[in-house]
Amino acid sequence: MSEYLVQFNNISKFFGKVIALKDVTMKLKKGEIMCLLGDNGAGKSTLIKTLAGVHKPDEGEIIFEDQKIVFDSPRDALDIGIGTVYQDLALVSLMSVTRNFFMGREPQKGLPFFRTFDIEKANIIAAERMGQIGIDVRDPSQAVGTMSGGERQCLAISRAIYFGAKVLVLDEPTSALGVHQASMVLKYIVKAASQGLAVILITHNVHHAYPVGNSFTVLNRGKSMGTFQKKDISREKLLSMMAGGEELDKLEVELKEMDRIGNN
Amino acid sequence: MSVKSESIQSKKDSGQDERLKKISPLRVLLNRPELGALGGSILVFIFFGIVAGDTGMFSAYGTLNFLDVSANLGIIAIAAAMLMIGGEFDLSIGSMIGFAGICIAIPAIYWGWPLWTSIIFAFAMAVLIGYFNGIMVVKTGLPSFIVTLAMLFILRGATLAITRLITGRTQVPGLRVLIEDDPIAWLFATDTFQWLFTWLGSMKLIALRTDGTPLATGIPPSVIWFIALTLFATWILMKTRYGNWIFASGGDKVGATNVGVPVGRVKISLFIGTAVASTIFACIQVLDAGSADTMRGTLKELEAIAAAVVGGCLLTGGYGSAIGAALGAIIFGTVSMGIFYTDVDTDWFKVFLGAMMLIAVVFNNYIRKKVTETK
Repeated sequence: MSEYLVQFNNISKFFGKVIALKDVTMKLKKGEIMCLLGDNGAGKSTLIKTLAGVHKPDEGEIIFEDQKIVFDSPRDALDIGIGTVYQDLALVSLMSVTRNFFMGREPQKGLPFFRTFDIEKANIIAAERMGQIGIDVRDPSQAVGTMSGGERQCLAISRAIYFGAKVLVLDEPTSALGVHQASMVLKYIVKAASQGLAVILITHNVHHAYPVGNSFTVLNRGKSMGTFQKKDISREKLLSMMAGGEELDKLEVELKEMDRIGNN
Repeated sequence: MSVKSESIQSKKDSGQDERLKKISPLRVLLNRPELGALGGSILVFIFFGIVAGDTGMFSAYGTLNFLDVSANLGIIAIAAAMLMIGGEFDLSIGSMIGFAGICIAIPAIYWGWPLWTSIIFAFAMAVLIGYFNGIMVVKTGLPSFIVTLAMLFILRGATLAITRLITGRTQVPGLRVLIEDDPIAWLFATDTFQWLFTWLGSMKLIALRTDGTPLATGIPPSVIWFIALTLFATWILMKTRYGNWIFASGGDKVGATNVGVPVGRVKISLFIGTAVASTIFACIQVLDAGSADTMRGTLKELEAIAAAVVGGCLLTGGYGSAIGAALGAIIFGTVSMGIFYTDVDTDWFKVFLGAMMLIAVVFNNYIRKKVTETK
């Protein structure tokens, strides 16, 4: 048994002539939070969809618990335990917390043909799970629309964990949130990892990634610029790598120039 | 952050029940989609109780009359509501009614089929057409409004053309004699609880004809179907996994797909549902009238959608109820019949229908904002 729970080795994905991903390698241990950083268009979305089984990689292999895996559909990825929480969260705001929590996987009871959705049981589980995160669901039948952005994010993550995710892929979980809400979500992510999950946190916000991440993979124009342990890299270094370094330097020069002209 | 978690902690320690009490019963009621329709139907009954209370509208005969009209509309309104909750429209309901009518009448009268086989044939056609509507919408991603609008014209035109081709006219009479002894037709053509009405008549509690039989002979089949379908649809929506999938498919198609809801299958089945409901409507009407008419069901799709909207369905999908749609149908049925008992010219009915719908849409919109607004 290797020390890694899941390995993505030399993943490449092409769309016609476009090279969306080239030789991206990521390895995760249990309990590790790996932050996948990259600017817009760096290939983050393609990578997520490849991890989630939406796209098949054109090159490379996915090894999960020492077995080579090929996903034919998102369902396959879910079944072996790769839970993906997309940016849109897959939550329906008009539906209740419980109905959202169990959407697509409702517990049932009763005889065949008369099977009913076991709402009582579902309510209890949903309230209990949300309680564990510290979100006080006053009434699990309240609409998700009444929850805050952070709470919704936590609900989506909690749902993925409940349904057996061992690897959690989170797509920009903090991008739409304020500081307070974001820290609530980040705290929950750390807690989930401490319980033995491997987490891939996709973000373009280094300030959110740096405090919680154990390792950082930087993606730029479809290629990995390497994976770095936290002790080996500083926040500023990450930031400059992400933005393509020289571009920020250029900006700085330009700003100085503008400043100079303005002062004159 | 620490302050927040402390406050959460203290709330949890003191138990969650007391937080529950903070939601007033009024607020819970406001969150139910059928609230508006319930209020509306109470108002309608109060109004006619005052205006037409002594005119015979609320006699056994009068009551069954407006219940029959409500029930017929209700049968299609419930199916339309379920489809709307699933995020789609079906504008071909009215044309489907006409088409199903001649699917029953022509084989039975012109081809010598037993009535029951032509009824089954009509339902089979309904399943096919519903499936076609559904697959077109799901596979092409076109708005169901357009796809079913096309079907509205295709079906109505085909109904007219086929009927004229085979029979040389636009009506097919002569079905009444076939109903007796048919193994299926009674499902759509029998008044139930006749013994009750006979008894009530013998006790002189309800109005009698000159020959001594009661004026109202029994509960019409439409009412039984209406009640059964309301209960069935409510059970599906509230109590089954499939019901949850309907809400999810209409609420957020992409999200539902991502968590494994078979959105396409759900929508196709709902389109089959509206076509089948239209056929139930057609069976009841054709067997009651004893004839099929190519124009039967014209504009019924809009009435069904109006009833569903008054019943709290959102046009954007994901929200609504079958009971609401049933109440919406009762409002329209009661007013359309009740207006005869008042001094008001019946021309005003459509004005009422439109105004009612407008109020309902504004009200629903407000409710949706209330439900989805973040803290």
